[in-house]
Amino acid sequence: MEIKKLTKVNLIFGYTDVDYFKVLEDVIKKDPNSIINEIIDSGLKGRGGAGFPTGLKWKFAKEQVSDKKYVVCNADEGEPGTFKDREIIEKVPEKILVGMAICAYCIGADEGYIYLRGEYEYLAPQFEKKIEEFVNKLKTINFNFKITLYIGCGAYVCGEETALFESIEGRRGEARNKPPFPTVAGLFNKPTVINNVETFVYTTMICKLGVNEFKKYGTQDSRGSKVFSVSGDTLKPGIYELELGMKVKDFVEEFGDGDTKAVQIGGASGICIPRKDFDNVIIGFEGVPTGGSIMLFNSKRSMFNVLHNFLEFFCEESCGQCTPCRVGYQQLLKGIEAVKKGEKPASYLNELKKLALTMKIASKCGLGQSAANPFLSIVDNFIEEFIY
Amino acid sequence: MSKLVNVKINGILVQVPEGTTILEAAKKLNIVIPTLCYHSDLSIAGNCRVCVVEVKNSKTLQPACAYPVAEGMEIYTNSQTVRQARKHIIELLLSEHDADCTRCYRNGRCELQNLAYEYAATENGNGFIKLINFKNYKKDFSSPSIVKDDTRCVKCQRCVRTCEELQGVSALTVAFKGEHLKISTFFDHPLLNVVCTNCGQCVSHCPTGALIEKTNIDEVLAAIDDPTKFVVVQTAPSTRVALGEWLGLEPGAIVVGKMVKALRLLGFDSVLDTDFSADLTIIEEGHELLNRLKKAILLKEKVALPMFTSCSPGWIKFIEHMYPDMLENLSTCKSPQQMFGAVAKTYYAQKIGVDPKNMVVVSIMPCTAKKFEANRPEMNSSGYQDVDYVLTTRELAKMIKQAGIDFTRLEESEYDSILGKSTGAGVIFGATGGVMEAALRTAYEVVTGKSVPFTNLNIQPVRGLDGIKEATIKIDGTKDEWKFLEGVELKVAIAHGLANAKKLIEAIRAGKVNYHFVEIMACPGGCLAGGGQPIPVDNEIRRKRMTSIYKIDENMPLRKSHENPEIIQLYQEFLKEPNGHLSHELLHTHYTPRKRY
Repeated sequence: MEIKKLTKVNLIFGYTDVDYFKVLEDVIKKDPNSIINEIIDSGLKGRGGAGFPTGLKWKFAKEQVSDKKYVVCNADEGEPGTFKDREIIEKVPEKILVGMAICAYCIGADEGYIYLRGEYEYLAPQFEKKIEEFVNKLKTINFNFKITLYIGCGAYVCGEETALFESIEGRRGEARNKPPFPTVAGLFNKPTVINNVETFVYTTMICKLGVNEFKKYGTQDSRGSKVFSVSGDTLKPGIYELELGMKVKDFVEEFGDGDTKAVQIGGASGICIPRKDFDNVIIGFEGVPTGGSIMLFNSKRSMFNVLHNFLEFFCEESCGQCTPCRVGYQQLLKGIEAVKKGEKPASYLNELKKLALTMKIASKCGLGQSAANPFLSIVDNFIEEFIY
Repeated sequence: MSKLVNVKINGILVQVPEGTTILEAAKKLNIVIPTLCYHSDLSIAGNCRVCVVEVKNSKTLQPACAYPVAEGMEIYTNSQTVRQARKHIIELLLSEHDADCTRCYRNGRCELQNLAYEYAATENGNGFIKLINFKNYKKDFSSPSIVKDDTRCVKCQRCVRTCEELQGVSALTVAFKGEHLKISTFFDHPLLNVVCTNCGQCVSHCPTGALIEKTNIDEVLAAIDDPTKFVVVQTAPSTRVALGEWLGLEPGAIVVGKMVKALRLLGFDSVLDTDFSADLTIIEEGHELLNRLKKAILLKEKVALPMFTSCSPGWIKFIEHMYPDMLENLSTCKSPQQMFGAVAKTYYAQKIGVDPKNMVVVSIMPCTAKKFEANRPEMNSSGYQDVDYVLTTRELAKMIKQAGIDFTRLEESEYDSILGKSTGAGVIFGATGGVMEAALRTAYEVVTGKSVPFTNLNIQPVRGLDGIKEATIKIDGTKDEWKFLEGVELKVAIAHGLANAKKLIEAIRAGKVNYHFVEIMACPGGCLAGGGQPIPVDNEIRRKRMTSIYKIDENMPLRKSHENPEIIQLYQEFLKEPNGHLSHELLHTHYTPRKRY
């Protein structure tokens, strides 16, 4: 397997002296199909966590025949432990907007939405100004693309793409049944491309620097670099853009405090890697994918408390519509409490693991489907912390 | 016709149109996939996850109710993975459910209970912890029609979709999220104080006992047992084609004679018929319509048209909330139930020599809103509450069962007289379009002296399950006093289901359509699928009940309200003339404007 060393990259926040509007002007001289093919060729996968190939998504949306299409930027950064989109919005908003405009040009959309996390409302005035400037500039080159900034109300589930659409449309943020997928019937039931903030910036950078420059980074399955939000027991918490395909071990050597016992990759819905596996696991789509959140825990931390905290979060943040997620998380939470208190035998954890697997395959959206990630990886690796 | 695709379900090949859901495709093979949040009347939610199935090459299970099939798809509906997931899901539901089934109204007729039985799922299966916190759950007894019990709720949201999609009311909504999610009302106000129309469609569509009617069985039994009381019972038109469904008979079984016999065996002193007062309604309402037309066309007076029917108490509460500026358009006629009560405690009481204060009028209704209607403060024109207790068809079924009456083998009996005889026009009140048809049969004849110009009196354009129906009837050959109606094209419309009513009224308000007379029934299909009728209900069952209603009509010797000899007698001996002084006192009412919140 292809493995990369830990390498810092500066695509997202770098190249600040470039006129990105000019980049857009150059790009839209090209045929939309050729741009989409470049994005496909780049191997870029969605940076929100699920990792769907970006170019393919755009291609599907372009192929749809519709009087109206939408481009939506998912800035509902709600995964516990991730805070990189906030920084991107503050530092390089124009790159996001250019990425959205390129997408709109490629798929034939004339309207875009940016769904901003409720807690980031304070970013809105500045961001809105940027958007207005950008849209006015678009008018000068006769590029018809309207962008609306929509501020969420604080529900984690609204980061799920179809729940996000429901929220923009004025309903409860609840995931829809799929299919149809957003590229066929998304926002207001029209073909829609929805990408994460960071993904749009990478598409801008691919157009600016060329596919080959982007492909220099990463591995076959995980092209390019990624912005990581590093937190927990580390001496240098913060935001780092790193090449994909590194071992957890290298990551821990760089960011750990020398006593790291576990790394939670992908936030509360992600997977916990214990020390014994640091050398065997790669951070990337071939190993453990992540929307950017990486939390380090040292030996002073109780992994029971960590999981307990995650489960409390999910009990609260499940939208509540589907049974496995709404009730399942409550059972997992109450279940580990009961085992810890000795009210249930240790073997009850096996029942809960089976339940987590049911939640993984039977829940309606990613929120419930990811239950098994933290649950199995933490319970399996730190069972002693649950039964004693 | 869309493209046909080949799919395999449990190894069996089936050809279905592309886009068919797995649930429908499986039905073609007689493979039953269990469901809970699914209801054929409603949009697809896919939220309970009970119907999950395995689709080859899919990482997750898929909900059969929502997932469309595609060419070559291979589906497994009963694999070990599927069974385990379903059992987990049912046990999760039970863990947040008050599963003390013996205390539940729906015990024995509960979809969750059935699922638990099929999957051998128990309340604390797998050791799941009981999550229900009785302190946090409310039971809402505020409404005289509906009881809402959150401890029985499985959050399938069928009631929410019913209230929004079928009824356009949205009295019930989803509140909060995650572990706190509940079905609630505007600001969690009690049902009595919100826009709820009491139609009971949420009850009809609830899979469990979370929404039930407020039962009056005990009060009725107490009245029957009280030797000082003379207990009169009336039966609504549509009860006779639905009651059997909860007593071991097929949907739509015609049980009029058995029902009368059962009511006698239960101990009612007199068994009478709302069909009689339906005929009475037609006389009053038909003349009211003709008077309004006379004022509008001949006298050029300002009068509210179209005239709306007023038989459906769910509809009445709806218009009071939603269009209080249109209350003038409502016929002032009381519903047949209330006309019956008013006549029973006056004319009938006199005739049989019973002091009305000792008379108890009970109605058997397909309806939960009738309970609210009977309790309206203005419904006491006899000097007493005109109708004392309303039982739903379901409550009657329960009483019959409890009394040990073997309904399927019961001999038939006939209604008592007077107030027991009816015509085919009375019975069709039970189906959408029926009031319109009955009114036209009479009004046309009053004006022209001839029968309505339809084969065998069957006014087909107003029948059927289309949400909104229209018809135009040209009035031809009028009698002298109705000359102003000669050649007039009488335009009528019918809507059933309040969402359809809303559409129709919005079109009327926008001036897009014009009618003289509009019939509205709150429940989809009309009373035959009312909120008090046996559960389940779907369009197939609606059609069966409807067919039976019209069959009863066809077989009646008299099919026009004005030919009912007891009606003629009532006017001769008591009321004197339609819309006369006594009629206004006893048979007409007024309405109350209400707010939406």
